[in-house]
Amino acid sequence: MSETTISKSEVAHVANLAKLAFDDAELVQFTTQLDNILNIFDTLGEVNTDGVAPTYSVTENVNHLREDVADNWHQKQALLKNAPLEAADLIKVPAILDGEGE
Amino acid sequence: MATGNFETTIGLEVHVEMQTNSKLMSPSPVHYGDKPNENTNVIDFGYPGVLPVANKGAIEFGMRAALALHATVSPFIRWDRKNYFYPDNPKAYQTTQSQTPLGTNGYLDVTLVDGTVKRVRIKEMHVEEDAGKNTHGADGYSYVDLNRQGTPLIEIVSEPDIASPEEAYAYLEQLRQAILFTGISEAKMQEGQMRADVNISIRPFGSSEYGTKVEMKNINSFNYVRNALIFEEKRQAEVLRSGGVIQQETRRYNEPTKSTILMRVKEGADDYRYFPEPDLAPITIDQTWIQKVADELPKSAGDRQHDYVSNLGIEPYDAEVLTQTLAMSDFYDATVAAGADAKRAANYLIGDVNAFMNKHQIELQDTQLTPAHLAGMIKLIEDGTISTKQAKQVFEAIMAGEEPESFAKKNGLVQISDPVVLLGWITDVLDNNPQSIEDFKGGKDRATGYLIGQLMKMSKGQANPGVMNKMLLEELAKR
Repeated sequence: MSETTISKSEVAHVANLAKLAFDDAELVQFTTQLDNILNIFDTLGEVNTDGVAPTYSVTENVNHLREDVADNWHQKQALLKNAPLEAADLIKVPAILDGEGE
Repeated sequence: MATGNFETTIGLEVHVEMQTNSKLMSPSPVHYGDKPNENTNVIDFGYPGVLPVANKGAIEFGMRAALALHATVSPFIRWDRKNYFYPDNPKAYQTTQSQTPLGTNGYLDVTLVDGTVKRVRIKEMHVEEDAGKNTHGADGYSYVDLNRQGTPLIEIVSEPDIASPEEAYAYLEQLRQAILFTGISEAKMQEGQMRADVNISIRPFGSSEYGTKVEMKNINSFNYVRNALIFEEKRQAEVLRSGGVIQQETRRYNEPTKSTILMRVKEGADDYRYFPEPDLAPITIDQTWIQKVADELPKSAGDRQHDYVSNLGIEPYDAEVLTQTLAMSDFYDATVAAGADAKRAANYLIGDVNAFMNKHQIELQDTQLTPAHLAGMIKLIEDGTISTKQAKQVFEAIMAGEEPESFAKKNGLVQISDPVVLLGWITDVLDNNPQSIEDFKGGKDRATGYLIGQLMKMSKGQANPGVMNKMLLEELAKR
């Protein structure tokens, strides 16, 4: 089985997606650490999983659903108090204009 | 449609907000127009450790949409996290289904302007969460309202089967109607309940490969979609004709200039780092469940139109007007079921009721009119109790919530057809107007008009005009 490795540029790419800024020394450090973590998965990869269905949830719960009933927990004031800034019941954040919401 | 020597390929991703009672992953109410952040809790704010539970109603609404669009409902769905950072979603991921769409392989038969029917295939449909609303201030800050955060959406992804801006417009209109008649959303454009992501590319006729596609996101007007596509079709053709290359980019539609503006050039696919959602249970959907939802699915607009034309004798155009909204069509069905004459009920809804709604800028369900009251008034007209003229007053009353029969009685709006009473009046009027009798015999038609005016005055407008006219002519002939 070939060993999984992660490159410095992949770490830099993921860091960028996660809005994290690393200097070169940190990039080397995290690349090494992530490499070691991925090596553990290589060990797991040695187990024969032919014919085993993928697990997406460890609880084995299926169709754990809620009836469509509205219930307002009235947490607005407490939640806004926890926001770094608020104004007129709105959460106030630095404007990000180049990005795009979904 | 062709632009010069190019053919156009368009694909649409449409998001429709589903009007469930509660959000997809939290029990906060789904309600438009409330005060900012009123309908939010720790789940909507993306607090850690909240253990959300999915809304069964949202899954069933999604199934309704899938069934209405002839899609296959997946027997197994699980959730994925689509990761992105933006203040409209404090969780920093959207809960969606990337690997197991709720619906696949559907289609919509779209009637085009020339009357031909084009089948647009639907690739897949996902139930997912809407984001909150960001408003950019002039002060360098954005202001976030999370009331919409977590509202269930159905995302409908078409195959690139659409060949012109006009086809895209027709598809959107007819998709909206199909969704309306599932009862899952009113799809109000002005409230952003239906929005489209559009992609368009062009290629030389005969080319086997698609051109590079350009994307435009979140357009909430069908006209804007059409205008944006018309502009893009031309722009791309000009670039290619002058020997240029289309870049893979995201553009934005600008209504004042009816043009599109470059937002950003895309380098490779978006990297949303999807991964399976560990906190939510997967869902299995069996035939029994699908059948239950299918049984609850309202009849489609097309089926209703067919029924109105074939069984109720309604004109095809009127049948179309009656099925513009589910509310109108349901109201019509209930009015007919309450015993109203089908044609008269259609005329009232299309004419006077629509005019009332337009004048007051309200929806049918927000008026005080009920199917029983409309049917009651129509029955009074049909059996001759009131005249169509008197019906005008009764109509105003039923629009204000009054019961038609008791209103008519209370206000003396009763048509008198009794020949004995009518003859008494006619005799009186003729005895008092010998000159008019002379005029009539001299061939002056105007004379009858004057006599009818006198009779109406005498009867306080209650005489049945049809019966009275006939009797008057008979009596005149005897003199």
